[in-house]
Amino acid sequence: MTARAYALSDGNSFYCSCERVFDARLARVPVIVLSNNDGCAIARTPEAKALGIGMGDPWFKIRDLCKAKGVRVYSSNYALYGDMSARVNAVYRDFSPRIEVYSIDESFLDISDVRVADRVTLARDMRETVRAWTGIPTCVGIGATKTLAKLANHVAKKNPELGGVCDLTDPAAYDHWMARIPPEDIWGVGPANARKLGALGCESAADVRDLDTRAVRKAMTVVGERLVRELRGEACLDLEEVAATRKGCAVTRSFSDRVEDRATMEQAVAAHATRLGEKLRREGLGTDHVTVFFHTSEHDRTRPQRSVSTVVTLPESSNDTLVLVKAALHGVRRTWRDGFRYSKAGVVTTDLLPLHASQRAMPGLGQLDREQGAALMAALDACNRRFGRGAVVPAAAGLATKREWSTKFEMRSPRYTTRLEEIPVVAA
Amino acid sequence: MQVHGITIGFPIPLPLLTRPVRAGFPSPADDFVEEEIDLQRLLIVNRPATFLVRVAGDSMVGARLFDGDLAVVDRSLTPRNGDIVVVDVDGERSFKVWRRQGPRITLHFANPRFPEYRLAPDALVKVWGVVSGSVCARRRCE
Repeated sequence: MTARAYALSDGNSFYCSCERVFDARLARVPVIVLSNNDGCAIARTPEAKALGIGMGDPWFKIRDLCKAKGVRVYSSNYALYGDMSARVNAVYRDFSPRIEVYSIDESFLDISDVRVADRVTLARDMRETVRAWTGIPTCVGIGATKTLAKLANHVAKKNPELGGVCDLTDPAAYDHWMARIPPEDIWGVGPANARKLGALGCESAADVRDLDTRAVRKAMTVVGERLVRELRGEACLDLEEVAATRKGCAVTRSFSDRVEDRATMEQAVAAHATRLGEKLRREGLGTDHVTVFFHTSEHDRTRPQRSVSTVVTLPESSNDTLVLVKAALHGVRRTWRDGFRYSKAGVVTTDLLPLHASQRAMPGLGQLDREQGAALMAALDACNRRFGRGAVVPAAAGLATKREWSTKFEMRSPRYTTRLEEIPVVAA
Repeated sequence: MQVHGITIGFPIPLPLLTRPVRAGFPSPADDFVEEEIDLQRLLIVNRPATFLVRVAGDSMVGARLFDGDLAVVDRSLTPRNGDIVVVDVDGERSFKVWRRQGPRITLHFANPRFPEYRLAPDALVKVWGVVSGSVCARRRCE
């Protein structure tokens, strides 16, 4: 078997880069993108990082700085980022038939079939093509394992003089960088494992690689042993080309303002259950129970606190929105108490199974009318595909435009690539 | 490429043959059912590199790109003499006609009523994409 080689390509400040593609005035100014509800900074351009804006900095803490320094601030525009991500991955597929879309802005590519001498050239060509076609700047790391590819990507990112590409299958580069990367920068090493590795005397990735596998297994289980093997270049993790079947699914949102009345809570939970139904139907999955939760915020320390989580069991598996909404509302009604300022609610399921494989209830003993329900849901999904998500919803969920509790996107840019009425307008 | 006289909206599959009627004899056309004409495929050659942009203004009418049209912009194309491009000049994005005279590249309006387009000598110029097609709606559907 020939030695394997993986590339990890990811978009630089991906969300910010997406905004820059469509607004020429953002080219050299600091840009940040905020999380849902405009909570905190989740993407920053180098100019914004240079101003001291950190990953996850709360918006209310950096608001004045951003205003003073002319930082352009955006709410998350996931319709745009998702579309741009699909475009970038389409380009990757021209360079390797085997790719794993690891997250919205990162993908692994199997480049084992590319000659060793040609790998860097391929990576540079791919970067330039992605940049030209989609406008997104990327960095590419190459390694004999996914862990090493991820490490190489980290090196490419932190060292601009490399021109956005680092190849750790090159022995000289491997020796050079392994000795210089601290253990906490290795993929999968969190603060807890970093402490354990420090206790084992590791100061660099090279030190981790040279650990005795038995010793590391004792300290960090098989996960640690796999890490050491991957750093040595023994591939333990292959590409996951097809996303594993979902085991659970959750729809949770923070409220834009605190919710104190039951009617608003019911509407929010019904809307979450509606979205849950859409997600399950898209994958042909069903569930026989839903967990409904809602709680107050720890930021309201002076106020009474309450956290509720309740499981509602269905007579048989379903992905029918009306069934899920009814169950979710039941969950709210039986646990509701006035006098609290709730900050977040969600609907969660676990143990999902393909609907057709699930056991049916006895007729007359809770069996649901799946045929009629399925036809109605198919019509509902078709309407929402055609007229946009949220066009047709159960009355209990309320119309999307009238929801006062729903997520804040006050500074969202237009959905340039997915809505005809929001496409870029260019002067002629 | 220009497509005239269609309503805006993607995708627009146009069936070549109607579906056979259920009752009676099978339609003699059954054996000749073709795929639908896909305007999307006609207009968009390189999908990941192609973006739709709305035209605002009259400076390109001489190049048959009209106010309100949808321009199909392909970022994978290299501009050739006479192409319409979307170009960023000092952070301002606009449509221009792209010309090469020897080593010199110039940008132009395409409207005889406009004065000659003048580029500041130190202007920062970057081509965003090349217009590969346009959709001109003859009757807006509201």
